Amino acid sequence: MVTNSQHISQQFEKELQDVRSRVLAMGGLLEQQVSNALEALMTGNTELARLAIDADKEVNSLEMSIDEECIQIIALRQPTAGDLRLVTGILKTITDLERIGDEATSIAKMALNLSEKDRPKKNYRELQTLGTHVCTMLRDALDAFARFDVDQAFKVASEDQYIDAEYESIVRQLITYMMEDPRAITRVIDMMWSARSLERIADHAHNVCKHIIYLVEGKDVRHLSIEKMEKMLNRTP
Amino acid sequence: MEATTLQKTPTAARSIDIESMQRGPKLNMSNETTCLEVKDFNLFYGSKQALHGINMKIAKNRVTAFIGPSGCGKSTLLRCFNRMNDLIDTVSIEGEMLLDSNDINAQSVNVADLRRQVGMVFQKPNPFPKSIYENVAYGLRIQGVNDRATLDKVVESSLKGAALWDEVKDRLHESAMGMSGGQQQRLVIARAIAIEPEVLLLDEPASALDPLSTLKIEELIYELKDKYTIVIVTHNMQQAARVSDYTAFMYMGELIEFGATDELFTNPSKKQTEDYITGRYG
Repeated sequence: MVTNSQHISQQFEKELQDVRSRVLAMGGLLEQQVSNALEALMTGNTELARLAIDADKEVNSLEMSIDEECIQIIALRQPTAGDLRLVTGILKTITDLERIGDEATSIAKMALNLSEKDRPKKNYRELQTLGTHVCTMLRDALDAFARFDVDQAFKVASEDQYIDAEYESIVRQLITYMMEDPRAITRVIDMMWSARSLERIADHAHNVCKHIIYLVEGKDVRHLSIEKMEKMLNRTP
Repeated sequence: MEATTLQKTPTAARSIDIESMQRGPKLNMSNETTCLEVKDFNLFYGSKQALHGINMKIAKNRVTAFIGPSGCGKSTLLRCFNRMNDLIDTVSIEGEMLLDSNDINAQSVNVADLRRQVGMVFQKPNPFPKSIYENVAYGLRIQGVNDRATLDKVVESSLKGAALWDEVKDRLHESAMGMSGGQQQRLVIARAIAIEPEVLLLDEPASALDPLSTLKIEELIYELKDKYTIVIVTHNMQQAARVSDYTAFMYMGELIEFGATDELFTNPSKKQTEDYITGRYG
């Protein structure tokens, strides 16, 4: 239960608001980074790829400063109940967000690699659907965080299974390409890594949703299947 | 020379006992032995009602903390457990309060006996203006015990129980008034446990003490719960969180939420509890 009442200590209230809005800022930065990396991969735009790679420094430094702020709050305010769950939830969330940044960076690096090679006729269309799906999932997870919306968090978390299925089918397709044309192997492997990174981003977004559920409802739903989560939260996907 | 064959001996895979690393089972009131039970309890100061329909069970050999804002009735409730409110003329009560299933407010109950079973320690240490030794021996002396050897034994074990022995063993016959606040409070606890009560009521036992003395009292509470059932009233929520097994949150004379401390401080079920422990106003 996260209540809307105000803290008696205005300063504490401000600190919690502040750390929360910095997580949102970090999320916004990531959304941009992932979409730039994806766009660079699709179009071969090296400028976007470099932008995505550079953004990682900013994401990393935000992670460290939010981390520090949370530790300060724990040391000085000794938060309890909803406040404690908010602070620990944020600590976990930013770890996942930072990893999303790492994956986006590696997609951007693949985009740079691939931009130097001949582009296939389909222009990496295979990754487009997966990429769009992952971007939507990330945006919805961040929205759920902004609104502390457990229903949406649960919905987004259950999306991950479809992403996994899409990833599986891309991998099968890419294997076929490699068997058909061994000269394409280096290029296809880069695609494979990119698909893998996208799939990992979805995993981290999925984790973020579970942290949201914990910080709002105090229920630990990590390592639970969607069915078990559903039962614990009394919800349908 | 015979060829030696390397025989593979299967070695048991090194297994880690995961179970032992996990936290113990969560406390659950239904697995506890009840020491004190409060049933539909109301208390009035004259016409003003101070406690409203309190129902609770206090578990044996556990620490139960009462928290809540000033004037919420937590001290009033605590004082009922050894009938301290009898001393106030205007107080009237309704409902039952049971110690080991016996009504403590029954006509037949001898209040002095009850208070021997249910000891109490107050906010301000109140040692008697006597020696350290006599303070601890006091309870036994008024029970008529004057045998030196018995007294010596009880004084030593009580002071050890209150984690004070090493600090005072060389000056047992000096005045208790010369001790520090923290030592005095532990002396009062030693005096309370000298007569081997069943329950110890602590009303803000550490609020007048410095942080180190406070930690010593908290450590002591942790050790004492093996032998006694402890009920503590505290304004310091971190303290309640640290020392207690169960916590009761009271507000305006009502018991709002009562449950395992771990749960109450991480995920309270009532909004009022959440607001209070996180320092909000509704």
